[in-house]
Amino acid sequence: MTETKLPPKISKRTKEELSGMGFIFPYALAFLTFIIVPVVMGMLLSFTYFNLLEAPRVVFLSNYVNLFTADDVFMQRVIPNTVQFALIVGPVGYMLGFSLAWLLAQIPHRARTILALIIYSPSMTAGVAMSVMWRIIFSGDEAGYLNAILLQLSLIQEPIQWLTNPDYLLTVMIVVTLWSSMGIGFLAMLAGVLNINQELYEAAAIDGMSNKLQEIFYITIPSMKPQMLFGAVMSLVATFNAGSIGVDLSGQNPTPQNAGQLIVTHIDDYGFIRFDMGYAAAISVILLIMVLMFNYAAHKLFGERD
Amino acid sequence: MANYQGTRINPKNYHRSQIKFFLILVPMAIFMALPILYIFSTAFKPINELFAWPPRFFVVEPTMRNFEVLFVEASSTGVPMTRYLFNSIVIAVIVVFASIFVSSLAGYALSKLKFKVKKPLLVLNNIAIIFVGASVVIPRYLVVESLGLVDNFLVHIVPGLAIPVGLFLIKQFIDQIPDELIEAAKIDGANEFDIYVKIILPLIKPALATIAIVSFQGVWNNAETSTIYIHDETMKTFAFYMSTLTNRANAVAGQGMAAAASLIMFIPNLVIFIFLQKNVMDTMAHSGMK
Repeated sequence: MTETKLPPKISKRTKEELSGMGFIFPYALAFLTFIIVPVVMGMLLSFTYFNLLEAPRVVFLSNYVNLFTADDVFMQRVIPNTVQFALIVGPVGYMLGFSLAWLLAQIPHRARTILALIIYSPSMTAGVAMSVMWRIIFSGDEAGYLNAILLQLSLIQEPIQWLTNPDYLLTVMIVVTLWSSMGIGFLAMLAGVLNINQELYEAAAIDGMSNKLQEIFYITIPSMKPQMLFGAVMSLVATFNAGSIGVDLSGQNPTPQNAGQLIVTHIDDYGFIRFDMGYAAAISVILLIMVLMFNYAAHKLFGERD
Repeated sequence: MANYQGTRINPKNYHRSQIKFFLILVPMAIFMALPILYIFSTAFKPINELFAWPPRFFVVEPTMRNFEVLFVEASSTGVPMTRYLFNSIVIAVIVVFASIFVSSLAGYALSKLKFKVKKPLLVLNNIAIIFVGASVVIPRYLVVESLGLVDNFLVHIVPGLAIPVGLFLIKQFIDQIPDELIEAAKIDGANEFDIYVKIILPLIKPALATIAIVSFQGVWNNAETSTIYIHDETMKTFAFYMSTLTNRANAVAGQGMAAAASLIMFIPNLVIFIFLQKNVMDTMAHSGMK
C-alpha cells in the first residue's frame, strides 16, 4: 500500500515542477539568451581590449581608468549632457504624465478617451518614424517649418540651425523626447487615478480636507503608489532608451561638437565607429549602474515597505 | 455653506466646473497632436505646396502622389519599397502572436505554478524591465553571431520574444485570477495545459491585447535589427527603409515621401491601439508595482 501511495505523491510535485519549467522555458530561453547573457558578457568585455579582429585581451580596469581620467568627451560632455537630459526628461516627463492623468480623470469618459488617445499617440511613433519628420520641422534653412514660422513672426532675423548648432541641439532633443514620453506609464497612472475608491474622497471631505492639492498628496498619490512606481520606472526606461535621439536628429555621431552626446551615443561611437568594444562595454556598465541606481531610488520612493 | 465636496473622479456628465480642466487639457492635446497633424498634412501635399514659402501647415489640394512615388521608388540597391513593407508585416504578425504565446505561458507559470527557478527569474525579469537595449548592442551582436543568426530571418523574431515589461503586466493580470478556479479544474482532471488554454487564456484577453500592442510597437518601429544584423537588402524592414529616407529628406521634394512613409509607420499603431484601448486600460489597472 505505502509503495503505491508514495510514488504519485512525489510525482505530483515533480509534475508541477516539470510543467512550470516547461511553461517558462520558451520565455526563459529568449530572455537569458538575448538579455541576461549579453549583459554578463558586456561586464566581462569591459575588462578587456577587444577590436573584433583579435581575441579579447584582458586589461583589467584600464578601460574604466581611461574613461574617468583620459576621456575628455565623456567627462566634459557626455556626463553633463546625460545628467541634464535625464533630470529634465525623467522627472518633468513623469510629473507631466501624472498631472495629465489626474486632469483626465476629472472629465467625462468620452472626452477623456479622445484626449488620452491624442496625448498617448506620440509615444507610438518612437524612433525612426518621427525623426524624419522632426528633421524637416527643425530643418536649419528658412524652409524648415519652425524657422519659417519664427521668421514670419519676426521673432528671429535669420534661420536657426536647430540640429547642428550645439546651443540648441540638446534642448530640441529634450522637447522631442518629452513629447513622445506619455507612454504606458502615463496610461498606468491614468488607470490608477480612475480606480481610487470615490468614498475615500468623500470621507476626506467630511473630515475637513479643503482643497485639491491636499487631496492629491494625502489621498490620490498614496492610494495609487503601485501605479506611481510603475510610471516612474517607465519614465526611467523612456529616458535612457531615448539615448540615440541626438544622433537621429542631427544625423551625425558624434553629434556636432558633442552637444547632443549621451551615454548611449558614446557607446555607439566607440563600439561601431572606433571598434573599441572593451571600452564601449565599460561605458555600458556605467550606464547600467546609473539606471539601477535610479531604479532603486524609485522603489525607495514609492515601493511598499515590508 | 460652501463646503468642499471632494473631487469627483470619473464624472458621469459634463459640468461647468470641468471647464478649467479642459482649458489645460485641450491646448496640451493640440500641442501633442501638431507634429502628427503635420505628417498627415505633408503626406498629401503636392510638390508645389511642399516648395511653397512660407510653408503652409495644412494641405490645400491633397494628392496621393507622394504615396505613388514611395511605392514605385526603389532603394538605392534596387529593392522595391513594397518588399520592405511586406517583410515588416510578416515579421510583425509572427512576433505579435509568438510573444503573446510565450509571455502568457511564462506569466501563468510565474503566477500560479510552483517550481525551483521561479523566484530568481521573477526578480531578474523585474529588474530587466529597465533594461536599456542599446547598452548591450555589442555583446548581443556576438551572441547573435555565434548562434548563426546574422543574415537570418529569425533574428527579426527570436530576440523580440522576451519583453520583460510584457511578462510583468501579464503576470500581474493572472495574479487576479482566483486559485480556486484552477483547483476546481484540476479536480475535474484537467492538466496544466488544459487549464492554460481553457481557463487562463479566455480570462486574460485584456492583458494579451496589451502585450500585442507593446510587442507590435517594438517590432514595427525597429530599424536597428536590419541595420546591425542583416546585410541582405531583401530581408530588411520598412522601419529601416524609412531611416534611409532621412538623408534624402533634406531635399524639399523628399519631404512628401518621408511624410507618406511616416504615415504608413504610424497608422497601424494608431488603429491597433484604438481597437484595443479598453483592454489596455483594464490591464493597466493591474500594472502596479510593489
